[in-house]
Amino acid sequence: MDKMPKWADVILIPLISLILAAILSALVILAIGENPVEAVNLMVTGALGSTYGWGYTLYYATNFMFTGLAVAVAFHARMFNIGGEGQAMLGGLGVAMVCLYIDWPHWSIALLAACVGSALFGAMWAAIPAYLQAKRGSHIVITTIMFNFIAAAFLNYMLVNVMRPQGSQDPATARFPETVHLPTFQSMFSTAENALFRGAPANISFFVALLACVVVWALIWRTRLGYEIRAYGHSETGAVYAGISPVRITIIAMLISGALAGMMAINNVMGEAERLVLNSTEGAGFIGIAVALMGRSHPFGVFLAALLFGFLYQGGAELALWTSIPRELIVVIQALVILFTGALDNMVRMPLEKLFLSLRKGAQ
Amino acid sequence: MSLMKSLMGAAAAVALTAGAALAEPALIFDLGGKFDKSFNEAAHNGAQRWANKTGGTYREIELQSEAQREQALRRFAEAGANPIITMGFAMADPLAAVAGDYPDTKFVAVDVNWLDAPNIRQVSFAEHEGSYLVGMMAAMASESGTVGFIGGMDIPLIRHFGCGYAQGAKAVNPDIEVVANMTGTTPAAWNDPVKGSELTKAQISQGADVIYAAAGGTGVGVLQTAADEGILSIGVDSNQNHLHPGKVLTSMLKRVDVAVYDAMTAGEDVETGVFTMGLAEDGVGVAMDDNNKELVSAQMADAVEAARKGIIDGDINVVAYYENDTCPALQF
Repeated sequence: MDKMPKWADVILIPLISLILAAILSALVILAIGENPVEAVNLMVTGALGSTYGWGYTLYYATNFMFTGLAVAVAFHARMFNIGGEGQAMLGGLGVAMVCLYIDWPHWSIALLAACVGSALFGAMWAAIPAYLQAKRGSHIVITTIMFNFIAAAFLNYMLVNVMRPQGSQDPATARFPETVHLPTFQSMFSTAENALFRGAPANISFFVALLACVVVWALIWRTRLGYEIRAYGHSETGAVYAGISPVRITIIAMLISGALAGMMAINNVMGEAERLVLNSTEGAGFIGIAVALMGRSHPFGVFLAALLFGFLYQGGAELALWTSIPRELIVVIQALVILFTGALDNMVRMPLEKLFLSLRKGAQ
Repeated sequence: MSLMKSLMGAAAAVALTAGAALAEPALIFDLGGKFDKSFNEAAHNGAQRWANKTGGTYREIELQSEAQREQALRRFAEAGANPIITMGFAMADPLAAVAGDYPDTKFVAVDVNWLDAPNIRQVSFAEHEGSYLVGMMAAMASESGTVGFIGGMDIPLIRHFGCGYAQGAKAVNPDIEVVANMTGTTPAAWNDPVKGSELTKAQISQGADVIYAAAGGTGVGVLQTAADEGILSIGVDSNQNHLHPGKVLTSMLKRVDVAVYDAMTAGEDVETGVFTMGLAEDGVGVAMDDNNKELVSAQMADAVEAARKGIIDGDINVVAYYENDTCPALQF
């Protein structure tokens, strides 16, 4: 018998955690002499009050969906892939090569090719740590985080020495040609009378991310491979007894994880910047860990958590623009949410479980 | 499209009516943040000086992500801020995309000089000229015949600093050894004083006795270790002579604060175009004050002054690293 109903586990606990984080954040804002009500108002209207705000919120959410799914898939095989950052960087390199070195007649074909390119590069970057874990027992946490640094150095080398246009100071590639620019929400949804999502970077890759959520759900819960991944994640010895090869599952799960992280690049590199810059990932690979934790490694949970973090990012930007709240404090607010929803889960869960148990006893 | 125009027209009208009363300038700091002890902080200082002197107020934002670059530009422009001052070369690309949509707003881009737009004031600095002068001083102060250069992140801009430095050192002593290291290849390299300290020790073991740090916050570690180990160091961007009086030979000044102060003072009437602030414009230079008076001999001061004049007059040609992405005096 479950300790508490499912809805409490999925909805109530995250909600209470969020409220606690919000209360603490309000105290922090009060302590530096700003008005928390005004700050919350600014964040909500800035992130959700206009199509412009939504355009940024969904743009960030798209990034976090990809990296969140990447971490979630690895979680199901009980592996902690914290190399999403590096895998997404390499994914960016894949996108840049696809977009710059091949002439595409239309963006839709280029998008398909970019998906393949970014997934391949991301998967390739995850393959080496996966091999080391499967065959050599080198811990995946150590190797993936080290590969983040190698990815940064490699990307820096490529941008400074190989792909930078002659005479440019900026360590970045040239702009991608016009034909591979992805349609933004602005061009997709604006009508002649009504300009929506003006200037916002959200683009068609949001729908690719939604599709990825569905595909990951089907993979994990509706296929034999997904079953093997989950079985291996629950018990390695059990999986071996059932004839599942740990080496195979480790490598396949990490390849899928790396590919998903890499595919983030179609949003931030191809959709937003339209060129590859050095700092294109900006920590989204790490946010993905929090997103997967909060989303309980379920694609729908990842989707909701990604939306929340998208809201925090865009709301934080509006705070930075219109108040004198320093950006370090905005990071503190974002960190409080991560702390409460991810790390301090049991603080809310245990009292709630007790409460539900006593309620149930009372009813009997 | 016509609606787009009328919308923008309306926005501009609102901006103008608001602007009549208060067209606040806006300042956009780069990802390093406004208290980076170097480039962005210099801009902050310039803005503060303007605010204290005039009693004016200005809007500011410290960017947190790449996507915010264009966002901040558009939001400030729509709110009627004028001029909008941006820091760092990474703003060039978003500026090129945005500036045309707000023809009545003036933009000031520091460290940018290659854009083509009528409403942008582009201010770049001839860092190689200032670095050349401190390179000369390093070579004259060195007894071992080896001087060091520690850069922050390995990007062309920092190689540009190192290249000018090496040319200056070799102009004084053609046989001098210039040891050059970069702190790293990620933005973390701008703020890693521990690694800066390690690199300093490594260069000392290679014989360097004067070390020039062009590394943002990392340079604090370089200057500290150099002072502890009893060798000389050279600061960058701001005047850092006071950090270790008598131990810092000089600082290569890059007057970002002046660029920001001037732009804010001029306000909406700021002159647009491309401006290079070199030695002639006092945009770069060497810091001479009470803290390094003991270290700079009369002979050294004379040589630097002569070279300064020579560069301004065109008698001395300091090659910029950008010209063909190589350096005649130093291999990176």
